[in-house]
Amino acid sequence: MPYDYKPFPYHPPRGLTEPEATHPVIIVGAGPIGLAMALELANHGVRSVVLDDNNVVSVGSRAICWSKRSLEILDRLGVGDKAVEKGVTWKVGRTFHRDKEVFNFDLLPEDGHKMPAFVNLQQYYVEQFLAEAALQSDLIDLRFKNKVTAISQTDEMASVRVETPDGSYDLTGQYVIACDGAKSPIRGMMGLDFDGELFEERFLIADIEMQADMPSERRFWFEPTFHNGQSALLHKQPDNIYRIDLQLGWDSDPEVEKQPKVVIPRIEKVVGHSDFTLDWVSVYTFQCRRLDRFVHDRVIFVGDSAHVVSPFGARGGNGGLQDVDNIGWKLAAVLQGRASPALLETYNAERVHGSDENILNSARATKFMTPSDGAERLFRDQVLALAAKAPFARAWVNSGRLSVPAVYPLDAPDHHALPKASRPGAVAPDARLGNDWLLHQLGGRPVILALGCDIAVDGADVLSPPVSEILKQRYLGLLESAIYLIRPDQVIAARWNHTEPEAISNAIKAMWCAA
Amino acid sequence: MKNLITTPNLPDHDGFYAELLAKHKDLSEAQSHALNAQLVLILANHIGDRAALSEALELAAKDQR
Repeated sequence: MPYDYKPFPYHPPRGLTEPEATHPVIIVGAGPIGLAMALELANHGVRSVVLDDNNVVSVGSRAICWSKRSLEILDRLGVGDKAVEKGVTWKVGRTFHRDKEVFNFDLLPEDGHKMPAFVNLQQYYVEQFLAEAALQSDLIDLRFKNKVTAISQTDEMASVRVETPDGSYDLTGQYVIACDGAKSPIRGMMGLDFDGELFEERFLIADIEMQADMPSERRFWFEPTFHNGQSALLHKQPDNIYRIDLQLGWDSDPEVEKQPKVVIPRIEKVVGHSDFTLDWVSVYTFQCRRLDRFVHDRVIFVGDSAHVVSPFGARGGNGGLQDVDNIGWKLAAVLQGRASPALLETYNAERVHGSDENILNSARATKFMTPSDGAERLFRDQVLALAAKAPFARAWVNSGRLSVPAVYPLDAPDHHALPKASRPGAVAPDARLGNDWLLHQLGGRPVILALGCDIAVDGADVLSPPVSEILKQRYLGLLESAIYLIRPDQVIAARWNHTEPEAISNAIKAMWCAA
Repeated sequence: MKNLITTPNLPDHDGFYAELLAKHKDLSEAQSHALNAQLVLILANHIGDRAALSEALELAAKDQR
């Protein structure tokens, strides 16, 4: 059944009739990133006002592949279980060249994680779940049909002009977070450059509803026999909705391609029959761009407003949620007087790093899918040809390298003999702890994980669970004991085999950027 | 060149050279390009030394334009 788009209520905001006091945070945009941002801040006890020019969730499936890390983040925001329950869980991807499978991957070959590798769920459901949670929160003031038309800032605060159906008003916040998407009006109002690469290729994306017994897998075709173009992608979503992406070529006319009389025959060829209904169609081009900096004093860019990537790696929405994860605890600490604004600079450095990694990976995949004539085309075609006869080449076939969380380059205490998966800068790998999960126990506060030893320090709660086989694999390796300092965003800040409380205190200070 | 061997290393290089040319015999230019491309990919995987490959690319690209 197609999704029922219910409008969210609009209430005339207070600012229309009386000046409002300065808010701690104003979030512009109530898409998945803006809503997650508000919930993350609320988890840290920070109030926010969320402004959105619209009053419905996003139309069409748009971001559909939510990674394990995103699900872990959504879990902390209270909607992880809902997303998994509603979504289609998958971990296997199959890549075909013409009619033959050339490569497949299993994204989560090991167990002992609460969350699956990927869940397919239409963006409108994620937005709906997040909006419902935000509407329940006393710390979040969600204002639909509130459109930001101007922005300015001083050393102490940022102000926005907001237009509503009942007139305009001004609103000030200690910080403004721009979660207003790839076309970010805030970015435009501030005149910031958004540099990068545009790929000269057009893709048609369509959601269709049909009864089918398809496995929960990602399927990608190079030079499909059913479509006269270079590539095609098929994803299963909840509610019998299937998502189809078809490469069209740069010469195609997007307005013509979007018409049902053009789209439907194409899709009939993909699925082999005409027993389906067309739910949504869009045409887009690939772009990889980012802002030079994500923090502009009192205005912070989070999600697509800061960076865009081409889609075949699920690095847009998932990258945005990693931004949220990274900035939330830092901004809360600055607003609550527990850290200096220098901590916000680490958001800039770490997420610029994460964004560059996403751009690098998606640009490489795009180049493989849309090679230009000459050597690019030659090598691409020969990788595909070789994949049929040599196993090594199968892994070179690049239909998108799917989102994994960035490992931040931290200059932090480390011990070389401890496992690579839990090195400083990486997200702490999950593990079962009795009837619970490690990441759930970590929550959103600093934690010392002490394995095979006892320790007490100020400034972090200590967790010392019995050492299970999985904890041993993921956190000890061949050593008998280890001490991990884990940040509120569940990123490993430092680790030792043995250490003194003073070294831990120093690492905690470094985590908060305190001299 | 720290990782790439640029001094004589292959026994019977004359024989290899002849075999390489023989595989290209009667191929069109496009087919020859395809053969070479596959050969590069196969050998790169076999060599398995990322640093040596970068040095090989450097050496091959030198003075090409």
